[in-house]
Amino acid sequence: MLSFNDVVHLAITGLAQGCAYGLIALGFVLIYKATEVVNFAHGEFMMLGAFTVLAWSEAMGGSFWPAFVLGCLTVGVVGYLIDAQIMRRIIGQSAASIFILTVAFGFIFRSLAGMIWGWNTLSLNTPFDGQLALGANLVVNMDRVAIVGATVILCAVLYLFFSRTRYGIAMQAASQNQLAAYYMGIPVKRLVSITWAIGAMIAAAAGALMAPITQIDTTIGFLGIKALAGAIVGGFGSIPGALLGCLLIGVIEPFADYLVPEIKGVSPYIVMLIVLFVRPEGLVPQTFQKKV
Amino acid sequence: MSEPQQLSIRNLSIMFGGVHAVEDVSFDVEPGEVFAIIGPNGAGKSTIFNLISRLYEPSAGSIHYGEHDLLQLPAHKVVQTGIARTFQNIELFEQATVLQNLLVGRHHRTSRNPFTSFAFLPAVKKSEIEHRRKVEDIIDLLELAQYRDERIADLSYGARKNVELARALCAEPTMLLLDEPASGLNNEETDDVGFWLEDIKHDLGVTLVMVEHDMGLVGQVADRVMAVNDGRLLAIGTPDEVRENAEVQQAYLGATEEDAE
Amino acid sequence: MQVLFKTRYEDDIRFLAKTGEKVRVGLVVAFLLAAPLFLQTYYLGELGLLLVYAIAGIGLMILTGHTGQVSFGHAAFLGIGAYCHSILMSHGVPFTVSVVVTMTLSGLVGMALGRSASKMHGFYLAIATLAFLMLVETLLGEWESVTNGYAGFAVPGLKIFGISLGKAWQQYYVDLFFTLLVVWGASNLFRTPVGRSFLAVRDSELSARSLGVNVEWVKIQSFGISAAITGLAGILLAHHLSYLAPDVFGVLESLKLMLMIVVGGLGSILGAIFGAILISLLPVALSFLKDYLPASIGQQAGLEPLLFGLIIVLFIVFEPQGIYGRWMKIRFFFETFPYYRKSSFVRQKSYLKTERMR
Repeated sequence: MLSFNDVVHLAITGLAQGCAYGLIALGFVLIYKATEVVNFAHGEFMMLGAFTVLAWSEAMGGSFWPAFVLGCLTVGVVGYLIDAQIMRRIIGQSAASIFILTVAFGFIFRSLAGMIWGWNTLSLNTPFDGQLALGANLVVNMDRVAIVGATVILCAVLYLFFSRTRYGIAMQAASQNQLAAYYMGIPVKRLVSITWAIGAMIAAAAGALMAPITQIDTTIGFLGIKALAGAIVGGFGSIPGALLGCLLIGVIEPFADYLVPEIKGVSPYIVMLIVLFVRPEGLVPQTFQKKV
Repeated sequence: MSEPQQLSIRNLSIMFGGVHAVEDVSFDVEPGEVFAIIGPNGAGKSTIFNLISRLYEPSAGSIHYGEHDLLQLPAHKVVQTGIARTFQNIELFEQATVLQNLLVGRHHRTSRNPFTSFAFLPAVKKSEIEHRRKVEDIIDLLELAQYRDERIADLSYGARKNVELARALCAEPTMLLLDEPASGLNNEETDDVGFWLEDIKHDLGVTLVMVEHDMGLVGQVADRVMAVNDGRLLAIGTPDEVRENAEVQQAYLGATEEDAE
Repeated sequence: MQVLFKTRYEDDIRFLAKTGEKVRVGLVVAFLLAAPLFLQTYYLGELGLLLVYAIAGIGLMILTGHTGQVSFGHAAFLGIGAYCHSILMSHGVPFTVSVVVTMTLSGLVGMALGRSASKMHGFYLAIATLAFLMLVETLLGEWESVTNGYAGFAVPGLKIFGISLGKAWQQYYVDLFFTLLVVWGASNLFRTPVGRSFLAVRDSELSARSLGVNVEWVKIQSFGISAAITGLAGILLAHHLSYLAPDVFGVLESLKLMLMIVVGGLGSILGAIFGAILISLLPVALSFLKDYLPASIGQQAGLEPLLFGLIIVLFIVFEPQGIYGRWMKIRFFFETFPYYRKSSFVRQKSYLKTERMR
């Protein structure tokens, strides 16, 4: 049976996992709200983030923070270019085509990453070594704490950005009605590309922070699919909903894997299917007003 | 074709959020008449249509067409009672041809078995040709012959409106709900619509209920008019009676000078 | 420029009305029938595999291209078809019975999936079907008593009506027979009310409903038919693989199917066939290319997925109607020569979907 320590340990693992999913989902939902495009390759931004941070770190002799910033910015630029050069051209096509396009991006990113950095597993040294003691018998790894902390900070920053700054409000407007925003003089196309860039950067940050836990190889992007599941559980159109959903499946996962080993790794999808049948809009409802 | 029935609406209401889109509306439409619903934008006219088509669920009231209690039916069974409709924003099947769109109008009168369709048995082929004949009659009526094999996506706005009307007619309805049949059309096209509506009424004996903003068209074809505003019924009667009604004038034009004093 | 002079409605309904079409299709069918005479065993096997994938593609196309329901889980039906058939045959069930039972099972599972998914649209549907795929893959792996789990399952030899069809050309003709049957049947479907109701649900659920189309039932039907056809492809695939493992029918396989129909051209049976051709030619083209590329690029493991991805991106950006779209333009060019104008093909774009009610 599980001891209290075990439970807390699993919970913290799950929490960190959930936060990582949440960071990726954040990028998803941002892009979705701005363009109604679901970027199936968002997990690949995470993978690219991990690799680029590693590359910068090695180029700069092993230091972490400058490499972290530069790595995230690099991936941000990639995200911006993806939207500016490709997504803009395919506006108005069927959802299936656009979806497949993003899947193709995933293929391309994975292959390029493998061709550039090789197919072996690499590791990244972060300053989050060691452990944190929480009370008498409880010890958690710093890297997991770092992820949770980063999620909280990033969420706060994004909240302030969207509600207080001009850019943020303009982005909200653009995501609700592109045509109207355009008429108001808002540079919608540029904002959308910036949204892609921000989404990509957040995913990249998640990738770098998760590196001590998952190591770095071309397949870590598949975490993105679980993030997707989490976002659906919480409600895809809303950011707090997506985060909630990701936290939920993140926390459930280690317990499910421990208790029912046969379904290892599939528990997020089961939760998602349950939620989809019982409450398709997700746990955090949003109002859709459609008029004929 | 079977006979048109009376449409009876009693105390119909629906709420979206906290707002009454339609509030306690009651009216009858007599078989064979042309009945127009007018009112400012947002008055709830299209909502009434959506309620009749069962695309929305009312919060109160009843809708009867002849002996059919429409509230007992799901949306896809409404056409079987003899009611067909067009949409304000043109809901055609964009990637299909005009002919295919019109043939879907015959859908509720076809038998649909995937196995016999897969094998394209002679009975299926015969049924196809029969329905094609009926569709061609409508194509003749609305002069759509040159557009037969065009994809909807390639057609002009006026042509699309035509196809939308034709498709509803292909369902052999006894009552047609037309949501803004003349919106977006120029004067000549609007006149054409007026003539077609009269043709439809005389040749096919169909009841016409239309939501319309073009008062000229309304005056030309309508037997009776109902004015709504803010979801409520303001007046109902002949076009002249409704036009004279003070509340209707206020809804459209705002308060008159006499009221301001 | 050939203009068709039609005198009866049958002329409109008939396939292959124009001489050009008759000649083209005739040549292709003749080639396919005669293939064993001049193709070696290996290439015959590859051609047979292409045909099998064409069947799978048509199955998915009916659901996604014609009814507009994105399904990311169709490899699951390949798996269900392959496993069910192999298990039945290994217990002595005759081929014909097994085909009927397997297709029915696959169809029923498809209908169940369609029922659950009928309220979902677009992206949610894709994810739900993806989750379905993962669950089926897990089931195939964990249900060891029946499927032999991850150790794999040996497929019994191809045997119809008691006659062993072990030779390559014999298996090829079986594949060809079913392919022609499915192509004919699927094309039939779309000149009848059933097929048109699928198109209606794809383009406007709202007006479809108001014309009497029971949208939920149409989705269930479409899922069912699509699953049954893909299950059939699974049956034929099993005989090509001779050894089944659950991970063969995973996400990658589903992506391959999706790629097929999108690049081939959504909404046309011919598109599925084009897509199957592309999928089968890609590895072949790749191995040719490898000889010409410098070793550092050519030897890389990731080259194939990279090319896959690039081709998809190029098609979607520059030719969204797929190979079929390009084919139609070329055909149109020749048919209307010299009056062809580029603006004859105008793409219709639909903007933010939330602005329109479905």
